[in-house]
Amino acid sequence: MSSVGVAAPFRSSGSFFAMCLDTFVAFGRSIRHLRFQWREMLEQAWFIASVTILPTALVSIPFGAVIALQIGNLARQVGAQSFTGSASVLAILREAAPIVCALLISGAGGSAICADLGSRKIRDEIDAMEVLGISPIERLVVPRVAASMIVAVLLNGLVSVVGVIGGYIFNVMLQHGTPGAYIQSFTALAQLPDLYVGEVKALLFGAMAALVASYKGLNPKGGPKGVGDAVNQSVIISFMLLFVINFVITQVYFTLVPPKFG
Amino acid sequence: MGVEVKVEGLTKSFGRQVIWEDVTLTLPKGEISVLLGPSGTGKSVFLKHLIGLLRPDRGHVYIEGHDVPNVSERHLYEVRKMFGVLFQDGALFGSMSIYDNVAFPLREHTKKGETEIRGIVMEKLELTGLLGAEEKLPGEISGGMRKRAGLARALVLNPEILLFDEPDSGLDPVRTAYLNQLIVDLNQQIQATMLIVTHDVNTARTVPDNIGLLYRRHLAMFGPREMLLSSQEPVVRQFLNARRQGPIGMAEEKDAAELEAEKEEGEEIPPLPPIPPQILPTDGRMRPTQRPPGEWLREHDITPPAGSFDGVGYAPRSGGRPAQRERVSAEGDGVRALRTTPARRPAPSATAEAAPRKRAATTGKKATASQAATDAPAKKTVRRAAGTRSTSTGGTGRRRSS
Repeated sequence: MSSVGVAAPFRSSGSFFAMCLDTFVAFGRSIRHLRFQWREMLEQAWFIASVTILPTALVSIPFGAVIALQIGNLARQVGAQSFTGSASVLAILREAAPIVCALLISGAGGSAICADLGSRKIRDEIDAMEVLGISPIERLVVPRVAASMIVAVLLNGLVSVVGVIGGYIFNVMLQHGTPGAYIQSFTALAQLPDLYVGEVKALLFGAMAALVASYKGLNPKGGPKGVGDAVNQSVIISFMLLFVINFVITQVYFTLVPPKFG
Repeated sequence: MGVEVKVEGLTKSFGRQVIWEDVTLTLPKGEISVLLGPSGTGKSVFLKHLIGLLRPDRGHVYIEGHDVPNVSERHLYEVRKMFGVLFQDGALFGSMSIYDNVAFPLREHTKKGETEIRGIVMEKLELTGLLGAEEKLPGEISGGMRKRAGLARALVLNPEILLFDEPDSGLDPVRTAYLNQLIVDLNQQIQATMLIVTHDVNTARTVPDNIGLLYRRHLAMFGPREMLLSSQEPVVRQFLNARRQGPIGMAEEKDAAELEAEKEEGEEIPPLPPIPPQILPTDGRMRPTQRPPGEWLREHDITPPAGSFDGVGYAPRSGGRPAQRERVSAEGDGVRALRTTPARRPAPSATAEAAPRKRAATTGKKATASQAATDAPAKKTVRRAAGTRSTSTGGTGRRRSS
């Protein structure tokens, strides 16, 4: 365990991926042996939802509005006002909603998961659990990851709806667009797979945020201060991973699903 | 009940910092052992290696044919079920009540019904004196109670090996005495192999059958209690008697110059205090794995310091409850338990008297140094004997012919 020098970052990313694999294996095992921690998952889901719903809703209204403003102006500049609605729906469904929801899940939910697991770790609770022959991955991490994925998907729906409504209000009221044109152009460029890809993104972002938070929480570097550092790092790392994953999924999506030409 | 734990050549380092190297010892089946060491010598880290929570750089831990560091994960969980561990602060699950904490392993690992679980949990709570506190959360009770609750939880699955991580840290002397008595009683009842990690010298002197001392990144000595308590090895001697004089300094080990200066100042190391009797179970009978007081000393022709085993009559077969009259420690410490009866001198061991042969000290790097430093009041003869049971890396005594 000489984690010195160049090898250290590779070692920790390696052990992060190892934990991710362990989590998926443990997920399958707990389902198969009918010992999935439903209760823990529901409690966690409820907790994550309760800390994220309100900020998400509050963030998504101005976010939808900003997108509407930008696209509205751009569309006018290029003379494509009739596609304003479609374009803002696309922007919100494909990109804005999953990212907003991932930022909030990892910022509010992930930091709480990380702090919770980290304080348990330094109180030896995690070790005690392992000694009692219970895998903390199966018992603690799997339900948290599942909860985070579920909440992310649901939250993504919420952000999409609130964002589209916010965009509509701003376009119609501030930019004097016509309601009919906005709504009618919805389906001109957007298609159903856009919604699916948004949900898939949210699902993966949710999983990623919970996995990073759990990994950092289970491996704090010494003492209470280490837990604080771990929370900090978990938020930063999941933000960075978020944009990498987002890029990859978007690229794959455009390769698999050809854009629609209205 | 109880299984042997065999540790071979265990080495651990964090980064470039070596914690300890080449630790080899055997925890004999069903016996109580104590691992001592100055703060920060990696005692708790050692404990975590036995359960497989940490992996060593090198070495093996054999438990019932499994090599813990190299066992597959599935087997590791099987091995761990043999363990009960009391962590420093109890390590209770903060979100569960005491009752749920103690019931947790039963609910997870057995198919017992709630009524049966309730019976077992209540029995363990009664054993640890926690009846009435079962609905409290860990945050609502004192540190001592958390420790006892952690012990109750460690006991519910009837472990073969019990590990205690500093059971006496943060407890007052009375509670420590009760906890030590509880440990001894438990050993009598379930005969689990027990390892206590501590730096409390009093616990180390009175509770275990075997003592080990971690010092300067290696295991200085491990063996039967009488071997270490009569040892002249400077480190062992200093630590077991809580002295300033010796190789252990405030920050780290003292260097050679400091030791030299100490010697020139004429800071004489005081003679060994008497060996206190072991705590007996509450019913006053010896535990199955306990050896009669003085047996090891007689086997190795060593005369213990005067006043040793005071109250047990220093005879193999003894009834009574000497633990109540035990001397906590002696000369030079300033701490002396009140004795209710006049001291009975131990009958001098015949074998020790009739052993004029001179045996060369076989091991012990610091043997000569210790003899030079400590041969002043050589009325009694304490001879060095190589450790027999398990492994020992040293152990010196005053030669008879000095």
